[in-house]
Amino acid sequence: MIPGTEYVIEITYIVAAVLFILALKWLSSPVTARRGVWAGEVGMVLAIAGTLLYRGIVDYKWIAIALVLGAIIGIPLGNVGMTAVPQRTALSHAFGALCVTLVGTAEFYLRAPNVPPFLMSVLSLEVILGGLTVTGSLMAAGKLQEILPQRPITYKGQNFVNLAMLAIAVAIAVRLVLHPEAMVLYPFMVGIALVFGVMMIVPIGGADMPTVISLLNSYAGLSAAAMGFVLNSKLLIVAGSLDGASGFILSVNMSKAMNRSFTNVLFGAFGQVQTSGAAAVEARPVHSATPEEAAAILSAANKVVIVPGYGMAVAQAQHKVRELYDLLTKKGVDVKFGIHPVAGRMPGHMNVLLAEADIPYDKLLDMEEVNADFPQTDVALVIGANDVTNPAARSDVGSPIYGMPILDVDKARTVMVIKRSMNPGFAGIDNPLYYLDNTLMLFGDAKAFVGSIVRELSGGGGHG
Amino acid sequence: MVTADLFNSLYVFILAAFIGFEVIRRVSPLLHTPLMSLTNALDAIAVVGAIILAGEHKSTLATVLGTIAIVAATSNAVGGFIITDRMLKMFKSSRTQKP
Repeated sequence: MIPGTEYVIEITYIVAAVLFILALKWLSSPVTARRGVWAGEVGMVLAIAGTLLYRGIVDYKWIAIALVLGAIIGIPLGNVGMTAVPQRTALSHAFGALCVTLVGTAEFYLRAPNVPPFLMSVLSLEVILGGLTVTGSLMAAGKLQEILPQRPITYKGQNFVNLAMLAIAVAIAVRLVLHPEAMVLYPFMVGIALVFGVMMIVPIGGADMPTVISLLNSYAGLSAAAMGFVLNSKLLIVAGSLDGASGFILSVNMSKAMNRSFTNVLFGAFGQVQTSGAAAVEARPVHSATPEEAAAILSAANKVVIVPGYGMAVAQAQHKVRELYDLLTKKGVDVKFGIHPVAGRMPGHMNVLLAEADIPYDKLLDMEEVNADFPQTDVALVIGANDVTNPAARSDVGSPIYGMPILDVDKARTVMVIKRSMNPGFAGIDNPLYYLDNTLMLFGDAKAFVGSIVRELSGGGGHG
Repeated sequence: MVTADLFNSLYVFILAAFIGFEVIRRVSPLLHTPLMSLTNALDAIAVVGAIILAGEHKSTLATVLGTIAIVAATSNAVGGFIITDRMLKMFKSSRTQKP
């Protein structure tokens, strides 16, 4: 043991903490963002290398095997398609929380029955948050991957059952804090947290996934920070609180974008179809248009805003949309994209899919920017989005989405909506936008319809 | 002694949370997906705790749990950094893009 190794280890940790903060700081702009990833990687490698110098380590065999195995699993997880990013993210929340829960459990059995009360409190927080995040994230990943049914499953007394479970887990934690020698209770506490994670996600539908993923992100971060308290590791506290803060900010953003509170997302399933309103409006007339007409209107426009939703991603239409963007831009039409915060299945998902299709990021506007533009817009083209364009959110006090901030596409001169049929969207709410006089419905598959418009525009051989 | 550590930890937690809020508030909604995958990758720093557990050999249980925890955290770090970089590579401005 070389004297001074402890200092070397501590210094690698401090440098890593600084690099982690810089990584997130550099993420504030797409220009510097890749430098942020680099900073994170260097910090991680430094911290791991520093830890390996720790003199308490007597055997490196299992560490080496586990590091290699983790890397082998990590590489394919880093190379999934961009549409699968939400479920990959949910899975990584589960892995992160699994690590934290396992370490917490090992620490408990190493120290018990002599666990000081405060340490037992943070350890309980660590494993309860960690445990529910493991199974909750696996459930979310399953729903996103469509292995599990996406629709919310509700039953009578669900909230009571869930809250009671959480209360029991907390009661066990309190008991363990006061009497850590009651070691037999520990597995029950973790077990209940694991079951609670499943039950928490059961009533949540696909459209609420952006909020739920953010919330699970926050839990994963907080459990890691709690682990930092248990191990007295400042670096872990820093990384955990950065992750927790990020998840928290995103959850608040998502809840605001849906005009719902956290508790409402977690305790009020959203997905039941509003049967009352739907039948009455079925007979209302809509205007529809063919690809040729749509192409003519688009090429006559000066300013077009395309509003993509998750439907665009499902139809894999983003590359056709890029062709449309190219053709219109070449004709001198100003084309921008208006993106609602909850479009897609996780925060920012739509931006990634459009960036993948090579659409420049300065054309991707967020809700506030684009809403100021709609009154001067000739055509708003809605592709696979529904509830986020529903004007009932502004005007109809009785609507379940009343008060939710929306993209004001109805203020554009002409609105065109590509939609498979008149079926209501995820939330099952009828959209009055479709019956407006300035709205044209383009019925068909998003990819096929945009493809037909593209053919019309390129075949028509326009005049600059 | 233990209490001193705890209060130090609390200070670090509070300061880091404030820095986190201030830094992350400035991240554009454009990059919220890469933000989540990067913070996830950074969270994998929990691997340092797992490495010590697996290496110290204090009990079989601790070694086994520590080893599994290293696998979980490492796959997060590796996968998280790869996918974040892949996503960020795709974000191009119309000014830098060739016509």
